[in-house]
Amino acid sequence: MSVRADRLLPSPASILRLAALALLLPLLSACGYNTIPTAEEHAKAAWSEVLNQYQRRADLIPNLVETVKGYAAHEKEVLDSVVEARAKATQVTVSPDALTDPEAIKAFQDSQSGLTGALSRLLAVVENYPDLKANQNFLALQAQLEGTENRITVARRDYIEAVRDYNLTLKTFPSVLWATFWFTSNQPYQTFTIPEDKMEVPKVDFGSGQGG
Amino acid sequence: MARHRSAGQRAVLPLLLLLFVLIAGPTVANAAELPALTGRVVDTAGMIDAGTKAGLEAKLAAFEAKSSDQIVVATIDSLGGEAIEPYANRLFRAWGLGQAGENNGILLLVARSDRRMRIEVGYGLEGTLTDLHSKLIIENTMVPAFRAGDFSGGISRAVDDIIMVLEGNAAELEARGARNQDGAGPEVDWVFVLFFIVWGTLFFGGMAMAILPPIFGRKIGPGKYRWLGMDVSVGSGSSSGGGWSSGGTSRSSGGGGFSGGGGSSGGGGASGSW
Repeated sequence: MSVRADRLLPSPASILRLAALALLLPLLSACGYNTIPTAEEHAKAAWSEVLNQYQRRADLIPNLVETVKGYAAHEKEVLDSVVEARAKATQVTVSPDALTDPEAIKAFQDSQSGLTGALSRLLAVVENYPDLKANQNFLALQAQLEGTENRITVARRDYIEAVRDYNLTLKTFPSVLWATFWFTSNQPYQTFTIPEDKMEVPKVDFGSGQGG
Repeated sequence: MARHRSAGQRAVLPLLLLLFVLIAGPTVANAAELPALTGRVVDTAGMIDAGTKAGLEAKLAAFEAKSSDQIVVATIDSLGGEAIEPYANRLFRAWGLGQAGENNGILLLVARSDRRMRIEVGYGLEGTLTDLHSKLIIENTMVPAFRAGDFSGGISRAVDDIIMVLEGNAAELEARGARNQDGAGPEVDWVFVLFFIVWGTLFFGGMAMAILPPIFGRKIGPGKYRWLGMDVSVGSGSSSGGGWSSGGTSRSSGGGGFSGGGGSSGGGGASGSW
């Protein structure tokens, strides 16, 4: 009996070491293993919110176009460009599985910024129609559109942060080990970039008077 | 060599501290420019008179008691060049207005020198207090009063409007209030705690009595150890009385201060200027 016990428990020090190892093992895996999938799911969820808000904007546009038409039917060119840009924007969607593809993200961003541009031209034209601006329906649509644009901004910012967190887990120390040895198929996600034309300093020209 | 190593070990602690400061630094710097949540009315810019402020605080506290919705009024002097929308969203999230699962907070923010105001609505109330409601409250209630210089009155009436809109959906309001009354404090299931203590004592106590005495105890015979005044025999399967008592968990309840419930906002609401 005592011999068996001695063999089972050879020396207090080695037992201590074993116990420490047994305690550390789950801690070690819990530290690293869950990090990458968690960050990835956060980024995917943030992307869904981005899509959701862009969709919401697209849903508002037909109503807006109809309302503007009632007052400014001859601004056909601007109205058509909005309808066209909306059609293009709703065609390009990026599923959460394609977030690693820079081309897909770029196409999505281009189509949506095309719609943003067409919408801002439309809202600039509306400034010339006081009756339309006073229309309750138009005011309601405008408030919703403003709110949606702001939600898009927030959703994009959240997505950018979530992607930064996720990409960091693929490149920084404890979790990079998991990325190298286990989650080998995980690639960094692409995120929004500021278009080149937005980075230029706006030109202010008072002299020429050609712009009107 | 030995001196080298000890010097290296001594350098580790400051290094860790430095690392901590580097990590924590940006967060602290970012939060510093936001005002602290001192109450339901944070009048940094001094736009609301004392009587109105006390009335608002009482009204908002009563409304939260009924519905669990957290409405906070904040005035700041300047946005510091930032647009009001991102600032309001940052402030809302930093304060965590609304209950955690419900996100039912509302922030009424006024930036005095920028002449801008915003109603920022938490995720959970976007369906009730829509962007259009927020816009109408700003344009029809706040802007005229502010243009006339009546900041206290404008803010007070805007809060009344917000509460009126939220109360308009009465059934949902009561359901939300009841839901969060239940989960208001972290309810402790004492049966479960008791069960866990007993189970833990049996489970881990047995394990500990097999492992710990051989390590820390004094050997008094083959497979027998004396530890903490108990004689424990290991490997024979029987151990003489062991175990320990666990003190009950004590819970300290918070003081009377006001704090956000951990809600978030996705940028709902509307802005305006006067």
